[in-house]
Amino acid sequence: MASRELETMYQQVILDHSKEKHGFGLRPDASGSSHQVNPTCGDEVTLNVHRGADGSVSSISWEGQGCSISTASASLLSDIVHDLPAGEVSVRIDAFRELMQSKGALDGDEELLGDAVALGGVSRYVTRIKCAMLPWVAFEAALASEGAAPRA
Amino acid sequence: MTIDFDRVTTTPALDDTVLDDTALDAAEVERVRADFPILSRSVNGHPLVYLDSGATSQKPQSVIDVERRFYEQSNAAVHRGAHTLAGEATLLFEAARARVASFVGVADDEIVWTSNATEGINLVAYGMSNASLGRGGAAAERFRLGAGDEIVVTEAEHHANLVPWQELAFRTGATLRVIGLEDDGRLRLDEAASVIGPRTRVVAFAHVSNVLGTVNPVEQLVALAHGVGALVVLDACQSAPHLPLDLAALDVDFAVFSGHKMLAPTGIGVLYGRKELLDALPPFLTGGSMITTVGLQETSFLPAPMRFEAGTQRVSQAIALATAIDYLDAVGMERIAEWETRLGLRLYSGLAAIPGVRILGPAPASAAPGGYGAERVGLASFDVEGVHAHDVGQFLDDRGIAVRVGHHCAQPVHRRFGVTATTRVSTYLYNTEAEVDAAVEAVADSRVFFRVA
Repeated sequence: MASRELETMYQQVILDHSKEKHGFGLRPDASGSSHQVNPTCGDEVTLNVHRGADGSVSSISWEGQGCSISTASASLLSDIVHDLPAGEVSVRIDAFRELMQSKGALDGDEELLGDAVALGGVSRYVTRIKCAMLPWVAFEAALASEGAAPRA
Repeated sequence: MTIDFDRVTTTPALDDTVLDDTALDAAEVERVRADFPILSRSVNGHPLVYLDSGATSQKPQSVIDVERRFYEQSNAAVHRGAHTLAGEATLLFEAARARVASFVGVADDEIVWTSNATEGINLVAYGMSNASLGRGGAAAERFRLGAGDEIVVTEAEHHANLVPWQELAFRTGATLRVIGLEDDGRLRLDEAASVIGPRTRVVAFAHVSNVLGTVNPVEQLVALAHGVGALVVLDACQSAPHLPLDLAALDVDFAVFSGHKMLAPTGIGVLYGRKELLDALPPFLTGGSMITTVGLQETSFLPAPMRFEAGTQRVSQAIALATAIDYLDAVGMERIAEWETRLGLRLYSGLAAIPGVRILGPAPASAAPGGYGAERVGLASFDVEGVHAHDVGQFLDDRGIAVRVGHHCAQPVHRRFGVTATTRVSTYLYNTEAEVDAAVEAVADSRVFFRVA
């Protein structure tokens, strides 16, 4: 009914996250925020970054609409970002970007990315990588927007 | 070596086909398909099912060959130079213009080459903008816009026929007004009659909607526009490839379409303009090839169409467009339209039977002979409840079925119907009923794959 590649991209964990949407619903007290749109399909995400007293990224919250890949990616990102030390953030983002650019060659580091390694199958589909990256790009932009607020 | 001009502009299409007045049938479509090399490739282990001709069409061998032959035998810049190749290329280029003109029922010098339909619309909009700045003198008076003037478009326009008018309004101080849509997707003609009024200077609309597939009532809109002295700009992107088109009979003032949607290469488009209007409209792109005398401070321009064709022209693409038109005419535009209506009905009824599928636009008119274009052409954009269009498209692609997903460069009409993205299946003369069935079946199966069925 569907190819192995397609089954790999749309693993059960991804379909589950696209419906359960962890972290969905914007919360106030954000230290940074970003709204990102994929102009080719109209998918969009708004993502807030929330910091703990120690400067760690305590969580993200997000809203948006899009395909199962972009919504699952936001949900999986939300699972990763729990009291993440400030120094860890770029490591995770870099690991995810590397996975997305791997054209299916990497399995992804589960230590760093958790269940988000399931998105590795997307990297075989050049037209869909931007779907998976959308919330991560929003995360990066939200962090960059924090400049105005005093941060550790 | 000399080139056989007859061979270039009247490339024999469908060599092995006996053409007659009967309707296109499955056997003839199979012969048509054999002329399109790409249709025999496979995608993801399946035979390609190409159902994205609304975005761009595939090309027959004759079109591919004619471009190649031009580069092998006659390549030169046109309308300059005195050598033999320059002469040949110029003849071919102008013969192609005449071929396009006859295809849409207008005079040769009413056809302007552009890169695509988008450039054609911008050419008119910027010409009016330049007139509004005083360029073109008294002759260009009728193109001047300012505060209090109105530009009218419809809610169904794709971005190419919306954004240039928004920008023209910003530049001139004119107001943009919009004719809305009925809930079933039809244009609100009652609203058209009230929106188009004494302040209206331009009415721009699509002949056929690229999202809804609806054929707009051109005659009624032209009557409303001309009744108040407004100019009509027709976006024929989705009609020129699919329906018989007689621009003179439609009585529009300007019209645009793109070659790549009608079997020709990318990079070539057409602007039609009524001769007296083209001669009065100030140029958009300026530079070489569109001038008579150039001084250091001031320049005088050639008459239309050349005043709008600055710079080195797209010669191979223009010639290939003429060959594409030869191919379409050899099959017959009436017959193509009827075949696509048949495919469109099959598509519509197949999709409509799937639970959770909502098709944008009105239901098609009956399948009565000659019923083509009565309401919609052979395309359907739809939403699958619980499955995002990108995921539907990905599932279809896995079976080698190519469709468009997203907003199809028409965000406002999607917003009107409460969706951000749809899946669009669009047919052409080379599509079969089996391909339509395969797409419908895959859409139904996608609901199972994504756990909504």
